Amino acid sequence: MKKVFRLMLSSLLLFAMVTALSANGQQEPADSGPVVIEWWALSGGGGAQDPASEFKKQAVADYEASHPGVKINLTILENEAFKQKIQVAVQAGDPPDIFHSWGGGVMVEYARQGMLRDVTDFVNSTLSKKIGLGALGVYGYEGTYYGSPYDMGGVVFWYNKDIFDEVGVAVPKTWAELIETSKKIKAAGYVPIAMGAGDRWPAHFWWVYLAMRIGGIDAFNAAYGGNGSFKDETFVKAGELLLDLAAINPFQTGFLGASYDDQARLMGDGKAAMELMGQWAPSVETNNSASGEGVTNLGMFTFPAVKGGKGDLKDVMGGGNGYIFGKNAPDEALDFLNFYLSVDRQKELVDIEGAIPVVKGADAALSGNTAELAKAVGQAGYYQLYYDQFLPPAVGEVVKDAVAALLAGGATPEEAAAMIDDSWQMEK
Amino acid sequence: MISKRKAGATQNLIMFVLFIAPALILFSVFVVAPVFQGAFYSLFNWKGAGPLNRENFAGIENFTRLFADKYFKTALWNNMKVIIFSLIFQLPAAFIFALLIGRGKTRGSVLFRSLYFFPYILTEIIAGVIWKFIYNPQFGLMTQLASFFADTKREIALLADPSTAFNAIFVVLFWKYIGFHMILYIAGLQNVPTELEDAAVIDGANRLQVIRNVIIPSMKGVISISIFLSVTGAFNVFDVVWAMGQGGPVHSTETLVTYLYNFGYKRFAFGYGSAVAIVIFLLCLAFNFLYQKYIVGEEN
Repeated sequence: MKKVFRLMLSSLLLFAMVTALSANGQQEPADSGPVVIEWWALSGGGGAQDPASEFKKQAVADYEASHPGVKINLTILENEAFKQKIQVAVQAGDPPDIFHSWGGGVMVEYARQGMLRDVTDFVNSTLSKKIGLGALGVYGYEGTYYGSPYDMGGVVFWYNKDIFDEVGVAVPKTWAELIETSKKIKAAGYVPIAMGAGDRWPAHFWWVYLAMRIGGIDAFNAAYGGNGSFKDETFVKAGELLLDLAAINPFQTGFLGASYDDQARLMGDGKAAMELMGQWAPSVETNNSASGEGVTNLGMFTFPAVKGGKGDLKDVMGGGNGYIFGKNAPDEALDFLNFYLSVDRQKELVDIEGAIPVVKGADAALSGNTAELAKAVGQAGYYQLYYDQFLPPAVGEVVKDAVAALLAGGATPEEAAAMIDDSWQMEK
Repeated sequence: MISKRKAGATQNLIMFVLFIAPALILFSVFVVAPVFQGAFYSLFNWKGAGPLNRENFAGIENFTRLFADKYFKTALWNNMKVIIFSLIFQLPAAFIFALLIGRGKTRGSVLFRSLYFFPYILTEIIAGVIWKFIYNPQFGLMTQLASFFADTKREIALLADPSTAFNAIFVVLFWKYIGFHMILYIAGLQNVPTELEDAAVIDGANRLQVIRNVIIPSMKGVISISIFLSVTGAFNVFDVVWAMGQGGPVHSTETLVTYLYNFGYKRFAFGYGSAVAIVIFLLCLAFNFLYQKYIVGEEN
């Protein structure tokens, strides 16, 4: 009997332990301890000495020094790793207090699930005084704000001027010229266009931009608003034109399996002449180059015109980088973001991440390519957030899939457009 | 006497319940309950949050969509390929290695054993990243070798071509897991009595006959376990594939689990994802059941 008693006692203990453990997980933090803020940010791709990471660590140290009651846990993640990890955290109902976001459809989906904190009052009272409403709008939906951008730029062509000079080609103004230019660069032994289609999003930029140049804002609004569809002529033609370019093999061998880092490395090492990429491209090229120097003579030009296209040449596709707040974010998290978005730090970010600052007064730090890019963004009459972030996540995935399939020869332009439209009709 | 025995039986029953209870509770909470939960979710068009109600009830629509999806078929076929290739190439190769270096008679057999076993110790992700470098079309080992032999720069992009990508990944799986099966066979080989082999040799059997009629039959238990682990492992291949291309290009290297991740998780389609999970679960269960019944059961 004694043995049985012992056994019962030990299983009781085990049970108590298990319940205690699970109860522990739900315990509220004690009032006396410091306020802890979880901050998930992206790395700049610079490895152990990544300047973008060091910069954020410094900001955390500065804030903690002046706010003794606050502790900030900074987690730095690589782009793709972040996208995966944040989903796990959000689906588990435990989003970090401040985390990276590109705004748009993915953010709206998180908000619908009740995972974000509504910071409309904070945005109206504090942030709107120093950041323009256009930029803030990317982090809002139907009048409710969930965060703030720290960088708002556009996707443009970045090109190696030395290669262009050597080959003797000028900046292409039309799609046909781009194809001709690529042919000449290829004949000279360089990769005309670096492409990381394995990550899919760098490839989807091409298709979206073509659609913008062909059909303009009207085509997108028709498809998005229900008066048209993604099967419309504009979107089919975007695929056809992209295939016209792909037909001359302008990309590096194996581009279908290449990552964005591979793309940046080819540019940074001076092996490729052009890439279509956002404002961060120069700094990522530098960080991925073997020399650590990047392209010394880098230029930019905006997406070329398409013959007969209705889109305005000033229209820009792009997006921002910013932060949104998890549902349990304390007020201190809001205060910290406001602190982080100081004019001085915004100016520094221009060099560190190639950012186009959003805080008024920080654009003084822009020069050369970034100033030109900021000007292009400022002049855009129609500013389109990247489809993969703007559209609901399921549709965004299909857009990227469709463009990759198109380039791989696995789908015709009509099929690619139909894939996207099917998914859009199901989700909208 | 009788009452004493009866008391003993009761005490045994109490013991039985007490001993089994913790495991049973844990198993139910962490294995059985989630299976039913997943089965329930799979009937809804659910995005991972919000209520499950009549509005988003989808019935078996998730399953019909699943079986109509061409990428799901690719994924299923890729899993089958892993199973078939493993059974045809990997396990026999592991067996041959085990015969060659299993008994410590050959010089350097310990060294070879460590070498072949080494990839198994590596984390799947690390193995995937290493091989991604080897396959890199611009500077990878494959390109270097091809350029060396062709005398001009030849860029080999196995992972970028939907028709070769999965086979390239299978090479990694082959390399990664062959050591594990080899060690299993070596352990089994050491239990085969040498007297039996000697007797067969005296009876005039040649080496092949000894292997076929003495060694393999004596190792039946180990072989069936190895096949079992290989097949169930093949159903769950994820890490290596993920590290090498996340199921791409164009979903050509998708396996059931990467498909689940790409089409369930990434798209916030948790009802659909649950349907995929249920299919994987049923496949494993069916295989397990048949295997236990016809292969393992036969031996006992």
